Amino acid sequence: MLSQKQIVIALTIMLLCFLSYSSFIYLDLPVKGNDRYMSALEGKKVWQQYNCNACHQLYGLGGYLGPDLTNLYSKRDTNYIKAFISSGTTVMPDFHLSEKEKNQLLVFFKSIDASGKSDPTSFTINRDGSIEQ
Amino acid sequence: MAALNNNPAEKKFIVAGLILLSAGFLFGLTGALQYILPGFLKQVFSFERTRPLHVSSIVFWILLCAIGAVFVYLQQHTGKNIYSPLLLRIQLGLFVIDIILIMVSYCFGVFGGREYWEFNPLLAIPIIAGWLLFGYNFIRSVGSMKNQPVYVWMWLTGIVFFLFTFLESYLWIFPYFSRHIVNDMTVQWKSYGSMVGAWNMLIYGSSLFLMEKISGNKLYARSKIAFILYGTGLFNLMFNWGHHIYTLPTHHYIQYISYAVSMTELFILGRIIFQWKSTLTAAQKYGHHMAYRFLWLADIWIFLNLLLAILMSIPAVNVYTHGTHITVAHAMGTTIGINSFLLLGIACDILQDACVPARLNTRLLKKGLQLTNGSLFVFWIALIAAGIVKSKWQMSTVKPAYFELMLQLRPYFMTFFFAGIGLTTGFMVIIIPLLRHYYRCIRQGNEEQDMMNQRRTEAA
Repeated sequence: MLSQKQIVIALTIMLLCFLSYSSFIYLDLPVKGNDRYMSALEGKKVWQQYNCNACHQLYGLGGYLGPDLTNLYSKRDTNYIKAFISSGTTVMPDFHLSEKEKNQLLVFFKSIDASGKSDPTSFTINRDGSIEQ
Repeated sequence: MAALNNNPAEKKFIVAGLILLSAGFLFGLTGALQYILPGFLKQVFSFERTRPLHVSSIVFWILLCAIGAVFVYLQQHTGKNIYSPLLLRIQLGLFVIDIILIMVSYCFGVFGGREYWEFNPLLAIPIIAGWLLFGYNFIRSVGSMKNQPVYVWMWLTGIVFFLFTFLESYLWIFPYFSRHIVNDMTVQWKSYGSMVGAWNMLIYGSSLFLMEKISGNKLYARSKIAFILYGTGLFNLMFNWGHHIYTLPTHHYIQYISYAVSMTELFILGRIIFQWKSTLTAAQKYGHHMAYRFLWLADIWIFLNLLLAILMSIPAVNVYTHGTHITVAHAMGTTIGINSFLLLGIACDILQDACVPARLNTRLLKKGLQLTNGSLFVFWIALIAAGIVKSKWQMSTVKPAYFELMLQLRPYFMTFFFAGIGLTTGFMVIIIPLLRHYYRCIRQGNEEQDMMNQRRTEAA
């Protein structure tokens, strides 16, 4: 059996590393200059309010009933997106979103689209097994 | 020992968990039907409602059963009653009321809107309060951590890290974290990735205790290897979450750290292979013990899912599996094959002990377990196959429309749905006798109490 002292030392070191790593991530978030993204925040609220993530993915994370919408904005024109939201599909109900909510959602889609690419074909696989966009 | 477990609050956690597991299957089947019958219940109960109902039922089944198990086994370990049965009852009350409110909120279309496990942030407050009571009651009941076996350390770790990660998963309510989607998703998956590790600590700790109880071997939970494996698990809990977001344009070091840390799981995998022979010997030795059968099957599912997890932790492989049903196969394989099997084994042990003279009908349980395990295998393979088809679609440069992909996936969804019916039936064949046994015990206990009261009255 490991001694009490050994267990406590090992756990303390691990805990300190974890807390440092967590703090480092909080303080050094990947995207800086956050204020210019404030306009997309209202659209994000609409996205969350209607639980869009239950069926759709962003960066491959979310439900599987509908497609990934990360780069929807650059693939389809805004009227097309609005028409889909307004009428729904065979699977998706019409959520009766107001014009304001639809526009907020579009700003949100535009913001995600500008943040990166979710298409896995756009990734480069390195020899060490890591990937790069 | 049995006399220590006369406080039913901890068993009520397990009973509530079993009810939620049954509800989870019902919502899961409804959701699966919506995959094979597009538009099914679209206007009244569409998928954005069935999915959180399913996910939350299953997550709460895991949490409630794990909490109940920790308190029952802690009393058996220390040989003393818990510090405060009243705090435990308050915690149970908080959780039950909150779970009902969460389920009702989904039905009325009130969501938290986060991916995976979500509800309105206000409804997180009772869970945080209940968890603080859990932690306080646990720490006071344990007393000192000096010379404690590994499972007590695992329980403590699970309690602390669940609270930390649960709070962390609500950092999005501050604009500093949620203003940009990449920042938001980085912190969200940091918390969720570790949260799963936290509840696994509670479950694996209880499973170790149960194994010690069945085998009578008290040395393993105090051995060096047990603590090394615990340390490896904790290391992965802390730093391995990045594999969820390899494709997110976040910091590169998150990818490298997670990739390197997840490879330490090869040590656990290697150990499972190395120990396979002794696992089989133990299976022959303790196979008559119903709870052990669950543990043994979970061992097989640990092997299969760990293999899948390690592969998915390699970024170059993750590019192909991410966003496909292979991820779902891993999530469901671990939730059902590992977590639920271990917890059912624990529930079996605890509820069977509820009254010693009345024996549980294990023949039915064995049949249920066979059906569950067989169905789970078909279910798992169907998801992996669907994932391979979706992966091919994702990697093709000219992609057909999404609805065409869904049509192509239909046979796999049908297989998945029918395997789901098999799984539900199998689980019900296990859950119903367990609950009936427990309520028979309560009735029997009440009758005995009435008779004792009557005798006392007559004597007086």
